Amino acid sequence: MQKFLFELNRDEDFQSRYAADRRGALAGFDLSEEEQRALTEPDIGLLFHIGVNGQILMHFAAFHSIEWQDYLQQMRDGIDTYGPVREGVYAVTGYEGVEAHSDRLGQTSNTEEGR
Amino acid sequence: MPLVFAGVCSHAPGIVGRADQADPAAKNRLYDAFEDMRNRLEASEPDALIIVAAEHFANFFMNNMPSFAMGMADYYEGPIENPDWLGIQKTRIPGDKSLSERLIRKVMEKSDVSYAEEWKFDHGIMVPLHFLTPNYDLPIVPANINCQGPPLAPLHRAWAFGQALREAADSVPERIALIGTGGISHWPATPDSGKINEEWDRRFLDQWSRSDKDAMLSYDDSQAYLDAGQGAFEIRTFMTISAATEGTEGTVHFYEPIPIFAVGCTIATINL
Repeated sequence: MQKFLFELNRDEDFQSRYAADRRGALAGFDLSEEEQRALTEPDIGLLFHIGVNGQILMHFAAFHSIEWQDYLQQMRDGIDTYGPVREGVYAVTGYEGVEAHSDRLGQTSNTEEGR
Repeated sequence: MPLVFAGVCSHAPGIVGRADQADPAAKNRLYDAFEDMRNRLEASEPDALIIVAAEHFANFFMNNMPSFAMGMADYYEGPIENPDWLGIQKTRIPGDKSLSERLIRKVMEKSDVSYAEEWKFDHGIMVPLHFLTPNYDLPIVPANINCQGPPLAPLHRAWAFGQALREAADSVPERIALIGTGGISHWPATPDSGKINEEWDRRFLDQWSRSDKDAMLSYDDSQAYLDAGQGAFEIRTFMTISAATEGTEGTVHFYEPIPIFAVGCTIATINL
């Protein structure tokens, strides 16, 4: 799934093909039905939950004209809806959620500016 | 020739891409610090700049991930990101294939490094260049340390890479500048984007400015992840500059957490 996004982020022709036929652009990638759904809707929260690295995902969100603050919120919503990140670097320690994470760091919370 | 300039700076995409959302005073302080760094770099009259960054799945992916890589081309392109998103227009950046090859051959004597004749710069390089060589008139030799997709090279290997870079820079007749780019504590592009562990950052920068090798090599990725986020893996780029200038102290000219930029923004130079 990350390979698909890696290729999409790099290749403007691929972006055009995806824009014209999202489902068709997935051909050739070994993707589950859940992954295909996340990539075609797109469901940013589900993609983050499954384990897509934010450094890849943020460009996919920008490609879909999702503003920065909305992108961050959709990831938070994804954790609330689907649960902790399953795989990848963010799953190393499990994800405790934004507020609990802030508490552990001794920070009150994200500032609105930071969000 | 001996290295003529060494320093580190932040590279977060929001520094340019979300500049309009930042507190103007904070943004201006950072931009002034970048301008000061540019002046220092230009005063050193470099013939080329080695920029050690931690790219973000723009060229290198988990299908074939080098721990360390260097560019070997006469030109590069960037940014790979959407120019409107990053706030930097696409351009061609000069390289120097001959210089790269000489440097790479020397680095290979002490450190394993991959080379790349094609490289599309992402924000890890483009944001610093936007401020430091805005006319794109200085040949760039890009270097990359995998700080994104574990398993990552241990910190002592990043140190060895820095030492090898220094030997290589000193071995060529060109005047070489060296800059590392990255974040310290940060959680970029995640639900925790905007959080910054200032205490952690200041401790690391103190160690960095004192060239405290033992302290810097004592970091553990698992603990760093808990305390300072996955962005802290990028301390490898800062440590590479320390290794290249081992024993020489540095000066932190600017440090300020700017949450909308998602990092404690840093400008620092080595007192060569």
